[in-house]
Amino acid sequence: MEKTLDLKFNYTDKKDTRSGFGDGLLEAGRKNPNVVGLCADLIGSLKMGAFQKEFPERFFQTGIAEANMMGIAAGLSISGKIPFTGTFANFSTGRVYDQIRQSIAYSDKNVKICASHAGLTLGEDGATHQILEDLGMMKMLPHMTVINPCDYNQTKAATMAIAEHEGPVYLRFGRPVWPIFTPADQKFEIGKAWKMIDGKDVTIFATGHLVWEAVIAEAMLREEGISAEVINIHTIKPLDTEAILDSVAKTGCAVSAEEHQYNGGLGDSIAQTLIRNNPAPLEYVGVDDSFGESGTPTQLLEKYGLNAANIVAAAKRALARK
Amino acid sequence: MEKKSTEQLQEVASQVRRDILRMVHQVQSGHPGASLGCTEFFTALYFDQLKHDSDFKMEGKNEDLFFLSNGHISPVWYSVLSRSGYFPIEEMSTFRKLNSRLQGHPATEEDLPGIRIASGSLGQGLSVAIGAAQAKKIDGDDRMVYVLMGDGEQEEGQIWEAAMYAAHWKVDNLIATIDLNRQQIDGPTKEIMDLIDLRAKYESFGWTVIDTENGNDMKSVIEGLEKAKSLAGKGKPVLNLLHTEMGFGVDFMVGTHKWHGIAPNDQQLADALAQLSETLGDY
Ligand SMILES: Cc1ncc(C[n+]2csc(CCOP(=O)(O)OP(=O)(O)O)c2C)c(N)n1
Ligand SMILES: [Mg+2]
Repeated sequence: MEKTLDLKFNYTDKKDTRSGFGDGLLEAGRKNPNVVGLCADLIGSLKMGAFQKEFPERFFQTGIAEANMMGIAAGLSISGKIPFTGTFANFSTGRVYDQIRQSIAYSDKNVKICASHAGLTLGEDGATHQILEDLGMMKMLPHMTVINPCDYNQTKAATMAIAEHEGPVYLRFGRPVWPIFTPADQKFEIGKAWKMIDGKDVTIFATGHLVWEAVIAEAMLREEGISAEVINIHTIKPLDTEAILDSVAKTGCAVSAEEHQYNGGLGDSIAQTLIRNNPAPLEYVGVDDSFGESGTPTQLLEKYGLNAANIVAAAKRALARK
Repeated sequence: MEKKSTEQLQEVASQVRRDILRMVHQVQSGHPGASLGCTEFFTALYFDQLKHDSDFKMEGKNEDLFFLSNGHISPVWYSVLSRSGYFPIEEMSTFRKLNSRLQGHPATEEDLPGIRIASGSLGQGLSVAIGAAQAKKIDGDDRMVYVLMGDGEQEEGQIWEAAMYAAHWKVDNLIATIDLNRQQIDGPTKEIMDLIDLRAKYESFGWTVIDTENGNDMKSVIEGLEKAKSLAGKGKPVLNLLHTEMGFGVDFMVGTHKWHGIAPNDQQLADALAQLSETLGDY
């Protein structure tokens, strides 16, 4: 289906976003000697091997002990180190929520919590590993910045940007190989939404892997004579409310798209913004209060209603409510 | 069920290994390494040691209960469960596929018979097993509770909270086993996070500890489990250090973390299956 569509963004290559993290971490480490890495027995999965190899004295294998890793990271940050912790998104958040809350968020420590294998697209490992609540948990913490980039290039740029940002950050990325459709040399501005496609009938606010689905959805809608604006919300918190309100002032309705529960995700953040300023129809594309399961990423996005076709349907529902 | 001889149990184990490899191969995902390493243990449990009923009831009253804490080795558990009648062996062909009850990591969500709690996020199973053992005590049910954990998994702090608790509460109807394969994802445990001396650690926490020196020898595994059982009921929880080899039974998979979580390709599957006789019929 994608082939025959006239997409506004295209790709020549595909890669996993976790590799963007690994490559970005290596560059951040070369630029700044304060960058240190920690990993809880998932160096290969997090693509932290190159950093470990080049900077063995600045890398700590913690074993399978995520709570301890968060505390060690907080301690390292006190003297000015910039710790990047690496494990799966589930074990980066839910497993260690209180350690993050007290030692990192409340204490406002400069720790970068880097989380791979987020969402349904980790695939066959199933629901125990497919966290769909992490954005909500992390955005609820005062002081915390929450970032969910969309492809390899954006993840790499985001990783380098958070090294230069002072304060706790949650960086979320994933496992599947995914189209690389954003530029290699992009400047990543934390908290600044990126309007990728101009439109006038409906706005699609997407984050993470679903930005690509939104790009496809825009082309599908265009074929039906519907003009969709696509905005890449790579930073969930602080949310670029100005960009959201400006766009919806023009289009009058919106769709949010994320690999996350409805509850507590990007959609809820946008809903809050709209309800306070400009109540306009908003439709959610996300997971509706259920756990995931084993399957391929494509199968799971389809079964749980997260692909381009679901975004198209949601856009039509939003339009009908205008 | 009539008692099986050691030879018969070994035949079952050979089939279980075939099941593990075929499941992981067909979906090109899953964890063969420690599944193969724990095959004798699971076979001994389900075909010799446990008093259990394949007409599954969650409560498991007056049955021995088993919990798998290192949930990633689901293939070996699914194989013994289906081979002992909990669900049709054909269902193994759905492993890790969409809409399957055989999730990547064990789950109760779709009511797969034999599973009492989800696992996959490491470090949680010992606590659950202790709770289940205490419930048996409250009920005056004198059957045992078994739990298997990984050795890398011992790095999780919750394990030590649980270990302290079990001794404090004299949970002596519990037999915990650690799959001591000395490997975890990133490499040998000694290099990743040195566990140093698990026996000394658990003993200092108030446990009775035994070693099963050859965890890939059926006779030794059964002797170890029998010994553990004989030490139960004496006021202390019992730990069985099961010395295994990751990937046991397939020459090119033995003894390395490399096969922790990757699937064999077609040729590797053929080479592996050639080393394991089909004793009960493939699913
Ligand atoms: C809490 C948690 N952290 C990390 C992981 C990822 N993980 C899965 S298996 C594994 C290694 C476990 O080592 P061990 O217990 O020795 O099992 P083995 O590799 O021998 O099968 C890790 C780190 C996990 N499943 N859960
Ligand atoms: Mg191990």
